Order: sequence, then C-alpha cells, then structure tokens
Amino acid sequence: MLLSVENLSVAIGPVEPLSGLSLALDRGEILGLVGESGSGKSLTALAVTGLLPLIGGRVSSGSVSFDGVDLCRLPEADLRGYRGRRIAFVTQNPMTALDPIQRIGDQVDVVARLHLGLGKAAARARTVDLLASLRIPEAAAICDAFPHQLSGGMKQRIVIAMALAGDPDLIIADEPTTALDVTVQAQIIHLLGQLARDRGLGLLLITHDMGVVAQVCDKVAVLYAGRLAETREVGQLFAAPAHPYTRALIGCIPREGMAPGSLSGIPGAVPSVATYPGGCRFHPRCPRAAEPCRAAPPPFAARPGGGMLACHFPLEPADA
Amino acid sequence: MPGFLIRRVLLLLPVFLAVSVVIFLILHLIPGDPVDNLVKVGTPAAKRAEITARYGLDRPLVVQYGIWLWAVMHGDLGTSIVTHRPVASLIGQALPHSLALGGAALAFSSALGILLGVVAAAWRDRWPDQIIMGGVLVGSTLPSFWLGLLLILAFAVQLGWFPVSGARGWDSLILPVLTIGLGGTALVARVTRVAMIEAGGRDFVMLLHAKGLPPGRIRLRHVLRHALIPVVTILALRIGWILGGAVTVEYVFARPGLGSTLIKGLNQHDYPVVQACLLMLAVAVMLGTLLGDVVQALMDPRVRGALG
Repeated sequence: MLLSVENLSVAIGPVEPLSGLSLALDRGEILGLVGESGSGKSLTALAVTGLLPLIGGRVSSGSVSFDGVDLCRLPEADLRGYRGRRIAFVTQNPMTALDPIQRIGDQVDVVARLHLGLGKAAARARTVDLLASLRIPEAAAICDAFPHQLSGGMKQRIVIAMALAGDPDLIIADEPTTALDVTVQAQIIHLLGQLARDRGLGLLLITHDMGVVAQVCDKVAVLYAGRLAETREVGQLFAAPAHPYTRALIGCIPREGMAPGSLSGIPGAVPSVATYPGGCRFHPRCPRAAEPCRAAPPPFAARPGGGMLACHFPLEPADA
Repeated sequence: MPGFLIRRVLLLLPVFLAVSVVIFLILHLIPGDPVDNLVKVGTPAAKRAEITARYGLDRPLVVQYGIWLWAVMHGDLGTSIVTHRPVASLIGQALPHSLALGGAALAFSSALGILLGVVAAAWRDRWPDQIIMGGVLVGSTLPSFWLGLLLILAFAVQLGWFPVSGARGWDSLILPVLTIGLGGTALVARVTRVAMIEAGGRDFVMLLHAKGLPPGRIRLRHVLRHALIPVVTILALRIGWILGGAVTVEYVFARPGLGSTLIKGLNQHDYPVVQACLLMLAVAVMLGTLLGDVVQALMDPRVRGALG
C-alpha cells in the first residue's frame, strides 16, 4: 500500500477537528475525499504532508504510513525530503498558490534543483518538457512570465507541473478546481486523472463535489464533521449509498432531465469544531436519526457488502 | 520601465509647481516685515521704501512669485537678506551635512530595523519578539533631543569615545546618526515584523513548504522579499523627513544642516533662505516618493504590469 492512514486524529490547541480517520491508497489509484467545508478535508492533506505545524495543529494519535514509513514519527528535516519529492501538493486556489513576484520557470525549477540535484540549465529543460507535456503552449516563454500574466486554468497547470517536477509517487490535490471557471474545471480534473493512470501515481483528490468524484475516482471516503461516514468503491457508492449523508451529497449533483427546482440541498450546516453534537455528528441533519444516534457515535466498521460505514441505521440498496 | 520613469517624473512637475506656490505664499502670510531687520529704528520712510524696492518687496505677489520661480529654475535662490550672501551657497554648505546625517541614519535604521523585524517575526510571540518589540516601543517614544543628550553624556562626556558636538570628522556623525536612527529603526522593525507575518501567512508560502524548501530559505528568499515592499515605501517617505526633521538633533549636537539653516532663517525673517530650505525639503520628499515608487516597481512585477 502506498499510503495508509490509520486512525488519524488531529488536534489544534484543545480541540480535535479530525478524529479516527483511516484511508488507504495504492499506486495508480484515485481516492476521493469528500465532504462539505469545515469537515476536515484540508486538515487531512496537511497531516499527510506533515504541514500541520504551519497552522498550529498536530497529529494527536494514529499514523500516516507512506511506502512503509510512518511519516508522523519522522523528524522535520527528513520529512522535507518527502515533500515535493515523493508527496506533492496541489492547492485549492491557483490564484494565490504561486509567488506573485517570482518568475514561473524559477518556481517550477526549484523542485528539481532541490530534490533531484539538477543544475540550472537541466532543471529548466526539464521544466519546459514538463509544461509542454501538460499541453501548455509556448512553454519556454511561459517560464519567463509572472503569475499575474496567466489565466487561472494556466496557473493551476503550473501548480500541477510543480507537483510533477519532483517525480512524486503521491499527489494530494486539495479542491484543485474550486477556484476555476466551470469550463476549465473538467479539463483540470481530466488531466489529474490521466496523470495518475499514465504515471502510476496515487492521487488523493479532496473535493466537495460528488460530480467530480463520479468522473475520475476509484474509491471514495466521505467525511462529515471530522469523522468518516463511509468509504466505498465508487460504483457501489453511487449505486447504493449506505450512509444518509452520502445519499444527500449525491442528491446535490445536478443531473440531466431533472425538473427545475428539484435539486436538493442538505438542510442545516456542518457544525463547527466547538459545537460538534454528541452521538452521531450528523444526527441533527439526518432524516433517519433516532434515539441511538443521539446517544452514541456509531462505530466505523466494515460492511458485508464491502467498504466501511459509520451509521446506526444504514440505508439498504432498496432505500437508495 | 523607461516609460514608467518618464511618466512618473512628469507627474512631479505639477506637484512641484503647487508646492512652490504654497511655499511662496506661506511666508507672505506670516506676520512681520523683513525690512524691519534691515533698517534701524527711526529710518525715514523714503529710505525704507527704497530698501523695500531694492528687494522687490513692493511689487504685486504674482510678479514676485514669477521672478522668484524664474530665478529658482536657473539655480539662483536669491540673496540672503541678513547675511547678504547668495542663498545657493548657504544651502550648498548645509546640504552635504544633512545628506550625510540623513543618509547614514536611513541606512542604519533600515539595516537594523529590517534585521530586528525579521527576527521578531520568526520568533513571533516568544521572548526574542517580546524583547525586540519592547525595545521598539521605548525607541519610538523617546524624544530625540533627550536621547541625544543622554548619548552625549554617556559616550562623549563619560567614555570620551566620540566628540561632543560639531561636524568635523566621521566620528562626529555616529552619535547624531544613532539619535535619529533609533526612532527610524523602531518604525522599520515594526513595519517589517507585521509585513513578514502577513506575507508568511499567504497561500503561496504553504505551497513553498509543500515543495520541501527549507523554512529559513522560504523566510529570507520569499517572505522577506514581499515584506520589503511596504518597508521600502515607508523608508522612501522618511527621506524628506530625515533631511529636514533633524533640526532638534542638529541643535543638540551643534551641527550645521538644512534644518538649522531653516530655523535660523525663520527667526530672522530671511525670506529667501526660508524659501530655499523649504523648497529643498519639498524636493527631497518628492524625490523620495519617486525613488520609493521606482524601487517598488523594480521589486514587484505586478506594479510594473499595471504601469505598462
């Protein structure tokens, strides 16, 4: 297994915004991590890359094992050898992800110079090749441009090029399309999916968009309020969601032939860390909630039909 | 970039004209007549009128302004009413002292201030930050004339390391530079610290960490470059201030300079001297701003892009 997250909990000061997260991802596989804003998706990305201290957080329990090495036990200096080299990161907003006063080429070059020990010219040649392979026109000229001279979609391609520059085994993409125009979103998602398959990379795709998940992912992990609700193979999940929250998320995807106004939302909002309810954290918004849901959190356990689930009253295929 | 420079300089012309009008007018609105300084009490009115006419003080204000501006454009700043010497040579004597003091103070406060700001931001809210910010608070509230006296007492009188006053050698520059520079250091350190913290929290910094760059390199090569942009603006604005605002320090250390020339001119109603000093200070402020804008454009490609 390339990436195996076991029972991971993240603490920021006295609060624990993420608890008991378990994920598994292999080479050439795309895992979608889905949830609404504030569910702990980005924290997961930071925990895997060891960047939690930047926002004042830390891993309070559990482990992140990457290619057999527990990254949580690794000293910071060793961890830096993984970041950008074996684990690459594509951030949410390409508009702010690039250093606005540094030339594009230099920002991409640095990864190969730092991690692969390439010289200036070799790193630049590699960057130009990389940009060209991402179908960025006039790659050599783009290298001399500054970020504000490029469009949003182009900037996100640059960020992806930066991620690929270290020849990584795992790419974590945190909402890579949220800040882009709809027309560009599909291109970027398609590009990421293709890269994972062609290069045999593991891709952890963090998104709030079930539509994106349906397009490219192999497996899905649904996160709600800092806990996993359900993990499944993607076809099964869409065919028969077992968690009421999963079904509600799927109901948010617009589909062809839908009557106007019939697109459903999920009533209420994700509670903040300070106001996580007791029991199952979804119960205040859940149509199936009953007494046990208020009393105790459901265990996250394997299901007979495959996948893992945390629900006292799971939906049967017939309900979906 | 050359186009930007030309446009920026052309923009200064109307500003210069407006400032020159204000400088010219202010002095004529101040009560008191410079002729009083030139004549003895009880001089006959005819003699008074003759002296007034000799200096052109009887002509309409607009004409006086025109004559003055025309002369200034040609490098003729007039003749001092009190000392009867060309004002240009008075300024010529004072300016190098002001430039030396101001330049050294600016360099000192930039270097030390940026260093302290970077250190404080790196150890934010921990003891190095608290010590530096405490020192900055003290440094920015100390009146400079008092600090100057303290420094003289300690380093010139007690220890005898530096001369008490005057402007003879480079060593006479150190105490005045410290006196002016400490206040500037406090300002620069505070601005640098805030700018470092602000720039350090931007998204692209997170991605730099994710690329595996060492934190020290991120701080110095990326965050500091961003943080210096507001610092440069502040420093540029201080250029004019340092040249003219050092009056009290020039007095305490008995140094010649633009500030003390200005004060002396004001006391003696020496119009041409006062006008020339104010004009020099205004030009210094304008050039400072220009310099700041140019440096900012050099540092930030987005500014260059916006200006074409």
